[in-house]
Amino acid sequence: MTSTALLDTFAERAEAEGLLDVAYAWTDSPIGPLLLASTPVGLVRVGFGTTEDADVVLQDLADRVSPRVLEVPRRLDGVRRELDEYFDGARRDFDVALDWRLANAGFRRRALEAIARIPYGAVRTYREIAVEAGNERAVRAAGTACGSNPIPVVVPCHRVLRTGGGLGGYGGGLDKKVQLLSLEGVLIG
Amino acid sequence: MTLPPFQRFLDDHAADVHRFLVSAAGRDDADDCFQETFLAALRAWPDLRTDDNLRGWVFTIAARKAADAHRARGRRPVPSDAVPVREAAPTELGDDELWDRVRELPPKQRTAVVLRYVVDLTHADIADALGSSEEAARRNVHEGLKKLKGALA
Repeated sequence: MTSTALLDTFAERAEAEGLLDVAYAWTDSPIGPLLLASTPVGLVRVGFGTTEDADVVLQDLADRVSPRVLEVPRRLDGVRRELDEYFDGARRDFDVALDWRLANAGFRRRALEAIARIPYGAVRTYREIAVEAGNERAVRAAGTACGSNPIPVVVPCHRVLRTGGGLGGYGGGLDKKVQLLSLEGVLIG
Repeated sequence: MTLPPFQRFLDDHAADVHRFLVSAAGRDDADDCFQETFLAALRAWPDLRTDDNLRGWVFTIAARKAADAHRARGRRPVPSDAVPVREAAPTELGDDELWDRVRELPPKQRTAVVLRYVVDLTHADIADALGSSEEAARRNVHEGLKKLKGALA
């Protein structure tokens, strides 16, 4: 039997030796379990436990960041606290550092950075995001950027709607998008 | 070549590796050897060129760490008043005594016996862990057992 203490010590030593490239943890939220992953740079991935396969998310982190992936909840404590506060309605902006390396460079990355600047309780259209990212004709690409957002909730792609007011899509499921917009007072639930 | 996340590898092998180390290195050194084994694996992880038989690979490391601990323990000075007086060979060995005997086997036999009977590895996997042929692995298990039976007789 390997004890928790033994595995905790292992995680501590791995971190002390600079061998912990990706730490992950699960957290519960009103929109279901969330898989959180961070690098020494910052939060790199938020996965929806209800619509994404955790094995696929973790394998993707291993392939694209580093295979030195370990479950170390302690390393995600700050993010979890901020998410709890957000879901309690007690936090409007996230202060955690972000690691953007899973976002593609170029237009999509600029689109995600534009999305990151949308204030709490406000919404933008895909077209507005396209304009802000520097290409007003790339409305569809702005939608793709939302869909490929590696850090949903914290990078609030739920605040991007279709021109004309349609909800558009959401990686975590449309009901989750509605839930988040209701929490922020955009939709009257 | 894609490697699985290290956590999956740890989940798959941690319990067996610890069990192996308790037998091969002793209860006092098992935890340290466990840390050394998985830290060495984590260090090497991104540079692995194949994910064939990760199980054999991790037991190769664990066997080496157990041997290191064994050597280090052998070198530690024993206070003279603690040198045990030889007693008559016990007719029945308790569990601890049995494992003390196992730990006195030559390293390859010790590793082979523990991997076979504690971790339940196949001779092919033991061969990988020892870096030997399957035939040699079989022989090491056999010779180790014979010595143990001699010690117990």
